[in-house]
Amino acid sequence: MALKTKYDVIIIGSGPAGLAAAVAAKKEGAEDVLIVERDKELGGILLQCIHNGFGLETFKEDMPGPSYAQRFAQEALSLGVETLPDAMVLDVTSTRHLYAIGKWSGLVDLEARAIVLSMGCRERTRPQIRIPGTRPAGVYTAGTAQRFVNVEGWMPGKRFVILGSGDIGMIMARRLTFEGAKVERVLEIMPFLTGLTRNYVQCLLDYNIPLQLGHTVKRILGNHRVEAIEAVRVDAKWNPIPGTEEVIPCDTLLLSVGLTPENELSKKAGVLIDPVTGGPFVDEGMQTNVPGIFAAGNVVHVYDLVDWVTEAGYLAGRSAARFAIAERKRATGQVKLQAGDNVRYVVPQVMDREALAQSGQRLQMRVVKPIEEKVWVEIMDGQNLVARKGQRYARPGEMVTVDLPQKAYDAVQKADHLTVRVVKRGGE
Amino acid sequence: MTDKQYDVIIIGAGVVGAMIARTLSRYKLDILLIEKDADVCMGASAANTAIVHAGYDPPPGSLKALMNVTGNRMWDTLAGELNFPFERRGDYVVAVGQEELPKLDELYQAGIKNGVPGMLMLGGDEVRRREPNINPEVSGALWASTGGICDPFAVVIAAAENAVVNGVTVMLETACQGFVIEGQRIVGVKTNRGTFRCRWAINAAGLYSDVVMHEAGLRPEFKITPRKGEYYVFDRAEITINNVLFPVPTKVSKGILVTTTVHGNTIIGPNAQDVEDKEDRAVTAAGLDEIWQGAVKLVPKLSLRQVIAVFAGLRPAGNGECTTPGVNYKHDFVIEIPQQVSGLVNLGGIESPGLTSSPAIAERVVELLKDAGEKLVEKRDWNPIRNARPRFRDLPREEQKLLIRNDPRYGRIVCRCESVTEGEIVAEIHAPVPVRTYDALKRRTWLGTGRCQGGFDTPRVVEILARELGVSPQEITKKGPGSQFLMRRTKAVEPEEARSVSQRQDRGGPNGEV
Repeated sequence: MALKTKYDVIIIGSGPAGLAAAVAAKKEGAEDVLIVERDKELGGILLQCIHNGFGLETFKEDMPGPSYAQRFAQEALSLGVETLPDAMVLDVTSTRHLYAIGKWSGLVDLEARAIVLSMGCRERTRPQIRIPGTRPAGVYTAGTAQRFVNVEGWMPGKRFVILGSGDIGMIMARRLTFEGAKVERVLEIMPFLTGLTRNYVQCLLDYNIPLQLGHTVKRILGNHRVEAIEAVRVDAKWNPIPGTEEVIPCDTLLLSVGLTPENELSKKAGVLIDPVTGGPFVDEGMQTNVPGIFAAGNVVHVYDLVDWVTEAGYLAGRSAARFAIAERKRATGQVKLQAGDNVRYVVPQVMDREALAQSGQRLQMRVVKPIEEKVWVEIMDGQNLVARKGQRYARPGEMVTVDLPQKAYDAVQKADHLTVRVVKRGGE
Repeated sequence: MTDKQYDVIIIGAGVVGAMIARTLSRYKLDILLIEKDADVCMGASAANTAIVHAGYDPPPGSLKALMNVTGNRMWDTLAGELNFPFERRGDYVVAVGQEELPKLDELYQAGIKNGVPGMLMLGGDEVRRREPNINPEVSGALWASTGGICDPFAVVIAAAENAVVNGVTVMLETACQGFVIEGQRIVGVKTNRGTFRCRWAINAAGLYSDVVMHEAGLRPEFKITPRKGEYYVFDRAEITINNVLFPVPTKVSKGILVTTTVHGNTIIGPNAQDVEDKEDRAVTAAGLDEIWQGAVKLVPKLSLRQVIAVFAGLRPAGNGECTTPGVNYKHDFVIEIPQQVSGLVNLGGIESPGLTSSPAIAERVVELLKDAGEKLVEKRDWNPIRNARPRFRDLPREEQKLLIRNDPRYGRIVCRCESVTEGEIVAEIHAPVPVRTYDALKRRTWLGTGRCQGGFDTPRVVEILARELGVSPQEITKKGPGSQFLMRRTKAVEPEEARSVSQRQDRGGPNGEV
C-alpha cells in the first residue's frame, strides 16, 4: 500500500491507546488515518501480555492481551485505517510533520492534520534506582523478561528474585513458575503492595511465592552472571536496616520498579510535560498544549487497567478527528486560481469552493504573448482538464475570459489549486 | 602446542596494547595481540573519565609527566587518522572558597615545568560566566586549553582495527599464563590457547601487569593496587556542562569531577578506593554517595532523578619508582626493557594519564626496541587511516536516506533511545575486530546506553548476534563466557537433577503439570 504524504490523523504507536484512537478517529469521520508502529505487528506491549484480565470493562469478557489487541486491530483495519509497521518515528514537529524510518519503507516524511501520541511507557531501570554491586548478565526489567519468555520463547533464568510488587513483576512471577523456574522471592521497598490485589492473589499467593514488603536489594553479586542478591529490610525512609541482610542465591533479578511515560518525541514537538505524571498536560479532549497534537494512554500517565487506556484512546481519537476535519475545512475552503502557460494573471485569484453551488464563475486574465491562430483557454487541475473554451486568437492587449461552469463543482472540491493556460489548438 | 612464531606478542588489548600494536604495525613484523577478555578495551581503558589530560597533574620530572604532555600533542593527528570522537574542549580545575586558591597556583607551576601550553588562571566571575551551572561559591579556576575528551572505547577499537588491517593478529579470550624462557630470554608466551613463540613479548596487561612481570621473574616488589572509581552518567540534555570541571586534586587522585562525554551525557566521578580483587567492579552505596557529594560541590544543580547509568572502573595503580634523579615519586609508569630477562618490553602501573599517554608510550616502546638492536623496517603499504563506520543518528537526512536505500537494515531501529540501526550492528559484528558480545556492541554503537538501558533492544540484539554469528541465542553473552542471557527454551524440561524434590513439592498447585 502506497503511503500518502498527508493524513487527517497519524497515530504513533499501536498499543491499546493507539488502536482505540484509530478506530475512534475513523468513526468520527477522519478520512485518512495512519498508525505508525515500530514493531512488525500491531498491538504494542499487549502482544507479550499473554495472561488474561483484559477487556473486562470494554467487552465484558476476560481476554488475554494479544486477543484484545487483535480485536481492535481487525476493527481498525476493516474501517480502513492504514498502517506503517516496522517503522520508527524519529522526529515530530509542532507543525505536525513526522519523520519516520523503516526497513521496508525507507525514510518517510509525513504530514498530519492531527497527531495522536500513544507511545506508551518504559520501565524504570537498575541505574534509576541505583542498586549497588556488580554488573553481570541476568538483571532484566520484568517487561524485557516477559518478551523473552512470551514472544521469543526463551527462559532468561532458572532461579529468580523479583524486585518490586508492580503488576508486571507479579504476573511474571507466575509465568516463570509455569515455565518451571523457581521464583525465590518478591521484594517490595514500600510497606504496601504497589500492584493490583487481584494479581497478588492470583500470581503470588496461589503459587506460594513469598512477598516481603519493606525490603529491597542491597547489592547484586556475581561477575559474569548474577550469582545472588543481598536482600535487606528498610526503615520508613527506605534506608537499609543494618543486620537484616540476607543473601538469596539466584541467577536472575527481575525489576518491576515502576513505569515512566515515553515522551522523548512529545518533547521534540514542543509538548509540555507535567513533572509529576511525566506525561503531557492535556485538556478534556486529550489535546496537548500544541494545537492538533493529542495524547492517550500510558504516554500521558501510567494506567492500571487496559480498559481505561482504551477509553482514553477513543477520546483522543475522536478529538483528533474533529480537529483534522475542522482543519481540512479551514484549509480547503478556498481554491487558488493560478496563471499557467502564456497567462500573466487570473482574477479572481482565489475562489470559495462552494461558489459553484450557486452559479458558474467567470475568470478574467491577460495573456503574455500574442498567438495569431486558434487557441484553447483551459482550466486545469494538474494534468486534468476541468473546463475550456476556444478563441480564434489571443493578444495581450485584449482581456481573455473563461467560465468555470457549475458542473465543475466536484472537480473543484478535489483540486488543491486550478491553473489557467492559453495554448494553441494545433494538431487537432 | 603450536609452532606459530611471531616477532612480537603484545599481552593485553587495552589502550596501551592496542596503541602499541597499531604503532608497531608500521614495521615489517609479525605481531600477535592477545586479550584475556571477550573484547578489546575491557579493563582500565573501559571505565574511566575519558579525558585527554593537559598534563599539569603528574609530578614534574616523572615519566608520567613526560608521557602525558608528549601524548597529549599526538591526539589531533591520532583522531584524524583513526576517526574516533575527540574534542579538545579544554578543562578547568575549579577552586571553591579562598582556601583552595593556592592549590591552583601549585598546579599552574607544575604545568609550566611539565611543558603544558595554553594554561590560564581565571577569576571567579569569569568562571561563572563561562559555566553558568557551576557552584556560585567558585573562587577561581585553572584553565587548560589542551585538555580534551574522547570516547575511550572508540579509541581502542579504532587502534586495534587499524592494527588488524595492517596485518596484526588479534586473539580474544586468550590469557597469558606464563612465558617460555630459554636461557635469559623470553621465546614464547603460554596461553589457554596453546603456546606461541615470539622474539619479543610486550607486557601491556594493565591491572595484571604485576602478575605478568612476576611470571617473567621481574620486579617481585612491584604491585598493582586496583583503585576503584565509581561514576554516575546523566540523561543527555537534562543538564549541560561545556567543559571538564576538576576540583582541586587530593593526594591520591584528581578528585571527583563533573564532565561531559563526547556523546553529550554529563558524567560525575570518580572516587578512589583501593581494593584487592582485580575484577571487583562492584558499585557501592557509600561510593556513590561520595561521588554525589563531590559533584554537587562543583555543580549544585545536578539531580539524581536524571541518572541513567552507574559504573565502576579500576585504575592499575602501581608502585614503580621514578627514575629521574632528585624526584621522589613512587607511583610512576614503568616502561622498560629490563636487564635481567631479554625479549620483554615491560610496562606497568599505567594508570591515569595512561589513556592520554598511550600514543607516546607506543612510540617510546619503538625507541626501546630500536635501542635494543631491533631492526625495524617500515612497510611501504602501511595504512594509517581507519575509516569510521556510519553512525545513523549523526548523519544528515539525505545521507540517512541513501544509507537505507543501499542497505534496508539501516532503516530498522534496534535501540530506540540512541537510534541505533540493525545495519550498524551487523557492520560491527563483521568488523576487522569482530564483535561477539552484547557489551562489545554497546561500546561500539552506544546501543543500550540510553534511558531504557537495553530494556527495548536486548531481545532484538541477542537475535541479531545469534543470526549473524550462526549460533543459538542461548550462546550469546553479555561480556564473554559465563554471562549468557538465556538459559533454555520455554517448555523445555530441565534435567531431573537440577530440580530438587522439595522445589517441586512447595510449588504444588495448578502448575504441577509443567
